Amino acid sequence: MKIPPQEAARIAALARLQLPEDKLALFAGQFEDILGYMDQLGEVDTTGVEPMYSPAEHATVFRGDAAEKRVRRDDVLANAPETDGTFFVVPKIV
Amino acid sequence: MPDYEAVIGLEVHAQLKTASKLFCSCSTAFGSEPNENVCEVCSGMPGVLPVLNRTAVEYAVKMGLAVNCEINERSVFARKNYFYPDLPAGYQISQYESPLCGPGHLDVETSAGPRRIGITRIHMENDAGKNIHSSAENVSYVDLNRAGVPLIEIVSDPDIRTSEEAVAYLKGLRSILLYLGICDGNLEEGSFRCDANVSIRPRGQAEFGTRAELKNLNSFRNVQRAIDYEIGRQADLLDDGEAVVQETRLYDAGRNTTASMRGKEEAHDYRYFPDPDLIPIQLERAWIEKWAAELPELPRERRERMAAEYDLPAEDARILTEEKGLADYFEAAVAAYDAPKKIANWMVGEFLRRLNETHTAAEDAAMGPESLAALVALIDKGTISGKIAKDVFPDLFASGRAPEEYVKAKGLVQISDAGAIEAAVDAVIAANPAEVEAYRGGKTKLMGFFVGQVMRETRGKANPQLVNELLQGRLG
Repeated sequence: MKIPPQEAARIAALARLQLPEDKLALFAGQFEDILGYMDQLGEVDTTGVEPMYSPAEHATVFRGDAAEKRVRRDDVLANAPETDGTFFVVPKIV
Repeated sequence: MPDYEAVIGLEVHAQLKTASKLFCSCSTAFGSEPNENVCEVCSGMPGVLPVLNRTAVEYAVKMGLAVNCEINERSVFARKNYFYPDLPAGYQISQYESPLCGPGHLDVETSAGPRRIGITRIHMENDAGKNIHSSAENVSYVDLNRAGVPLIEIVSDPDIRTSEEAVAYLKGLRSILLYLGICDGNLEEGSFRCDANVSIRPRGQAEFGTRAELKNLNSFRNVQRAIDYEIGRQADLLDDGEAVVQETRLYDAGRNTTASMRGKEEAHDYRYFPDPDLIPIQLERAWIEKWAAELPELPRERRERMAAEYDLPAEDARILTEEKGLADYFEAAVAAYDAPKKIANWMVGEFLRRLNETHTAAEDAAMGPESLAALVALIDKGTISGKIAKDVFPDLFASGRAPEEYVKAKGLVQISDAGAIEAAVDAVIAANPAEVEAYRGGKTKLMGFFVGQVMRETRGKANPQLVNELLQGRLG
């Protein structure tokens, strides 16, 4: 599968990554390698085979609907790059 | 200029009224202190695992059953990837290729008759947090209490043709959610939200036009106005030979316009893929059957039953059953005093008007169903006139006082004692000799004048029928 450099730039933008212009061909090539490797799976005849979303085969695991406070706000906010003790503070959005 | 037809599809997000979030046990309580109901799962810390809330699945399936959807025994959660500060994980857990509920429909009543609106799908997803923007500072604040609250998204087919149909459909969905008791249905607080996809095409054309997606429609009135505005805007563009651009537009209620959210939303590319943290939901047939059996009487069935059982006009039955609380109120009032038509009249008129004015739900009204029933009974017994009942209604509604006690305390009990009324009749006749003569001379229309005078004399308390009889006796 051919991945043009612009496609690599688009994927990078979606992931909020800024790739230097001169690295686009390098990453496009790596995408091609990975996708080409996975494309081998396309050679297998999967007619009539259900898609598998997970290798786990156990039944759905549910949780009962009971509310519980397990974490203190201070602990949640302790991981924030910036906080005022109540909110997560982020660069201005609008 | 061609005649255009609008093609409208609605996406409704309904918050499910579970106690805990969709994938963690944090509380869903509205109005908590910011970030109090947040843990490592709903704040998107690395390495955590979501565990599905069973009640949320039950609620979603019940909604599917209530709107005639196919229930998929197997459905899959997918990650919808985008970056926004209120979405801590960098993706929303939603459903994509395999939603919980497949095609269904909702029948709605419009001024042009009944319409069936197709429902494409209902899927489950988690809500995002809330951003608070400061105009003074160069920062925004993020509250993740809402992040992870369970939502269902109900996607309609592009079957809707007018803003009136859109509102009827939304009210129908909301009504069902409230009957099921699975959602608050509060548009202002955002527990029931709607986005509208609107396009137009020349009438008779089969292909759809280019659509715009409208957001920020936080009341039924705004839904109607925003869609009407957008249809007009697109018609003007096409009439001028311009093209409609596919984009997201925000409705501005203050100016009643829609404006492009330019730039913010370039072509969406959410790169959905099955969430590897969650195995597919596998429903057992027996659960679906159990949930189907637990469905309560829904608005449509209740409307039809009440119309037949109480012999109500179709419109009254529709209004009274739109909200479960109102229908419960009606049936409680009828149980207290068996006069369904009169009770329906009072409810559709005075009672509902005041509920709307005071933004009160029927079940929260100070005036309980027994009081309304008692008021109607007082009129029937002739204790008070209908006119006085209307006059005292605002007080009774606001105070919740018992009508019998209230009219007695205020001295409003109707005078049905002929002796007392006779005195007033005599006084009126004595005071208006010219009118009496004219009446006897054939101006029988003056009867209304005499009745009015007697009512004034008795401060509205005389039994009107008795007044009429006595006057006719004296003047005849």
